[in-house]
Amino acid sequence: MSDKKPLSSVNDFVVRFANVNGSGSASANEMFARAILRHGVPVSPRNIFPSNIQGLPTWYEVRVTEDGHLGARGGVDMMVAMNPQTWDKDVAGIEPGGYLFYDSTKPMPSTKFRDDITVIGVPLTAITNSTYTDPRQRQLFKNIIYLGALSALLDMDPKLIEQLIGEQYKGKEKLLSSNVHALHLGRDWALQNLKCPIGLRVKKSDKVGDRIFIEGNSAAALGAVYGGATVCAWYPITPSSSVAEAFTAHCKKFRHDPQTGKAKYAIVQGEDELASIGIVIGASWNGARSFTATSGPGISLMTEFIGLSYFAEIPAVIMNIQRAGPSTGMPTRTQQCDIIACAYASHGDTKHVLLFPEDPAEAFEFAAAAFDLAERLQTTIFLMLDLDIGMNHRLCRPLKWDDSKQYDRGKVMTAEMLDEGRDFGRYLDVDGDGIPYRTYPGTHPTKGSYFTRGTSRDRYARYSEEGSVYADNMQRLMRKFETAQDLVPRPLQANAERPTKYGVIYFGSTSPAMDEAIGLLEARGHQLDRLRIRAFPFHSSVASFLAEHDFVYVVEQNRDSQLRQLIVNENGIDPVRLVPIVHYDGTPITARYIAKAIGDHQDHLKVTPLRKAVS
Amino acid sequence: MTYIAKPKFHHPGLKKNELGYTHRDYEGKISTLCAGCGHDSITASIIEACYELSIEPHRVAKISGIGCSSKTPDYFLGNSHGFNSVHGRMPSVLTGANLANRDLIYLGVSGDGDSASIGFGQFAHSIRRGVNMTYIVENNGVYGLTKGQFSATADRGSKSKKGVTNTDNAIDLVAIALQLGATFVARSFSGDKTQLVPLIAAAIRHKGASFIDVISPCIAFNNHAGSTKSFDYVREHNDAVNRLDVLVGRDPIAVDYAPGTVQMVEQHDGSKIALRKIDADYDPHDRLGAQTFLARHAAKGQIVTGLLYVDPDAEDLHEHLNTVETPLNTLEADTLCPGSAALDKFNASLR
Repeated sequence: MSDKKPLSSVNDFVVRFANVNGSGSASANEMFARAILRHGVPVSPRNIFPSNIQGLPTWYEVRVTEDGHLGARGGVDMMVAMNPQTWDKDVAGIEPGGYLFYDSTKPMPSTKFRDDITVIGVPLTAITNSTYTDPRQRQLFKNIIYLGALSALLDMDPKLIEQLIGEQYKGKEKLLSSNVHALHLGRDWALQNLKCPIGLRVKKSDKVGDRIFIEGNSAAALGAVYGGATVCAWYPITPSSSVAEAFTAHCKKFRHDPQTGKAKYAIVQGEDELASIGIVIGASWNGARSFTATSGPGISLMTEFIGLSYFAEIPAVIMNIQRAGPSTGMPTRTQQCDIIACAYASHGDTKHVLLFPEDPAEAFEFAAAAFDLAERLQTTIFLMLDLDIGMNHRLCRPLKWDDSKQYDRGKVMTAEMLDEGRDFGRYLDVDGDGIPYRTYPGTHPTKGSYFTRGTSRDRYARYSEEGSVYADNMQRLMRKFETAQDLVPRPLQANAERPTKYGVIYFGSTSPAMDEAIGLLEARGHQLDRLRIRAFPFHSSVASFLAEHDFVYVVEQNRDSQLRQLIVNENGIDPVRLVPIVHYDGTPITARYIAKAIGDHQDHLKVTPLRKAVS
Repeated sequence: MTYIAKPKFHHPGLKKNELGYTHRDYEGKISTLCAGCGHDSITASIIEACYELSIEPHRVAKISGIGCSSKTPDYFLGNSHGFNSVHGRMPSVLTGANLANRDLIYLGVSGDGDSASIGFGQFAHSIRRGVNMTYIVENNGVYGLTKGQFSATADRGSKSKKGVTNTDNAIDLVAIALQLGATFVARSFSGDKTQLVPLIAAAIRHKGASFIDVISPCIAFNNHAGSTKSFDYVREHNDAVNRLDVLVGRDPIAVDYAPGTVQMVEQHDGSKIALRKIDADYDPHDRLGAQTFLARHAAKGQIVTGLLYVDPDAEDLHEHLNTVETPLNTLEADTLCPGSAALDKFNASLR
């Protein structure tokens, strides 16, 4: 019936599971991804889920990628269609020559299929119902049964899946054996009734190495533990809630006094985002490392306090796990859409430090570094994650920590320093870097106290509405921001093989797709130098990169090319030279998308690839 | 604004407290509020209470929101750190500060606009959590700094200076604090220092969320006929349930009072409150009774003052969170950071 040759590929394909949320499919699907990793083959999984708890469609996509392309690829080679609600769309989304895996217990009319795909029916419900009587068991084991069937179809080693089940249900013998049993029910049925394997296959490899598989939110939360955060205040909001939840879990493991059992941390679920940031500001003012995690709507609510943090110079760390805005937007879809909102958050003239990690490993490092930066610079530091990094398991290098590292607590004047007669002016720039000294409350009986306020004041923290006093302070804050440039993570540049007049700037979760796109563009004859921005304020190397290239593409996941706006604004360069490449439908950006957009633009410029010009 | 520096010299014979501090050591800058403002009387009472308790002035953190009342922390405890934060957000800032260092005394100063309107939520939730603090609302029923708009504590039927009648129902912060589980709830009047000073002292010694609503007439915008927060009105309608003394490190002097009218309350830290009861039936350990008493008197147009409720065995947020005794802000990498060996193990669990 097929008029297209079935797809054939080893260790390079995309499987998408279409499920109903609340059906318990997530753990089976995740086990599928982990099982492939255990074959030594990199995977890049993504949850595509609704803002809902039960009954709405949810998808889990696994990109199997021996070459290690961890960005979303686009397209589906095999659809595991378990959700009748989305059947038509799911079937339509399969690549020509692809495969459709479905529950064939009830016959489907032929019009519900396609001629150009391979249809694989497994009577999952029939198998489940004949084996189990408990409705919940039927539901859960159905997922494991399809996992078993897939293992046969994709030529996976069942021993590796059994091993995973063993690890997951360690000490729960009954659950362990019943899961293994269900796995083999599915696997045996497929081996006896279907042609196994199909054209898509998993073959053992050694491309995973020592990499780990972790969600960005968990890694960022662990970074906060390593970075010495002791106070966390938060308000639940997708997709950031799992940061605070992971911080709680990590603290339970690492932060209890072994003798007394007491907690070396305090976590408060605030009544809203205003209270959360208020608690953070109060704790930081009083010398504790403190953070909150939120998403766009939370940032909007926090902006008054963020201005206070900037102006009264109080450290704060805000992890912003970005989702599609504006307003409630698409709470469970990814974007990089709060760049401007965070860079210039709050009324009046403000500027804030932003950090852009590309994956969980950097989220861990930058989260820990954010506390040093916040205390050094005495201001808010934004850790800009997004849903794509935060809520998906990502394969990344192992987390690393240098045990010789001490925390940089910034400029804090102690009782001893005050007794030595050091001049303490809370807003006095003694070192020329714009950063004044602060004292913690309760430091000294007669020296070093001051009144913190959001109103204008002089260098000694005395209230003042004098224009010159106000301007002096605002200029110092600018100096401090310039100091920040050299303290934040620098951009990373990777040049094309041959000199080129074209460059591309990107950041955060766009990274893996961009890296892959470079290969695709090279294949089309386009050479591009790359600059991955890792922080704002921009290091001077950003200006140099712009000066060295005629055109620079700025690739980002929002409608208004916000990073490009920020670059234009902060560097005062001709906007024409910065070409926006934007992707903002809420799905993660793909290499195919980037390569096409940049490639088309390059073609449009009638660029003669250098190779041809030379030959 | 404070342009005049306060002279530092004082009379050599000035009385000293147990720690050797004089009254002057608890003072702050010269107030910039209107002459005769009730808030300044509260400031004086705070100074008096801290002096009497022999608190080290720099071990107090003064935190406020925005408004006339929130400016006052600049006028007392000049050697303490103060934080004039964001409108209505004193409670969250105080909560965070308290979490960072449980060893300081936290004094939250707020107004009725700050706590009953814009910050009503934060007021409620800080009380709910049992933050160890003394939360004082300087309640004048009016927005003074923006020139006389009604606040949410203004009584229905009360007239503004411009002659407008308030048609909205009033929020009684004391009733709310009782309902939310505050473990020390009191009301007083800025013009009644005898009652207010010991109340503040007792609140400071109380471990847990202490709330004091202090009616504090605004002489500029809310001290006219028709206002229910004016000096005259409050004096006429004030119904005190008790007068108290706070006894710290001294033998109880209950013998001074006639038996049957004095009730001793021992607080968590060993300090004692001697309550001279004016209303013989009043039991300050009965939350439900306090709520009923309050409602009954409110219906009669009476403003009940005194210590309305205290739970001497209250717990605070730190106990709920089981935090270490050492202030969190003193912990360093050696105790906070799990180190590379733990990280290697963590990595291994993710493969």
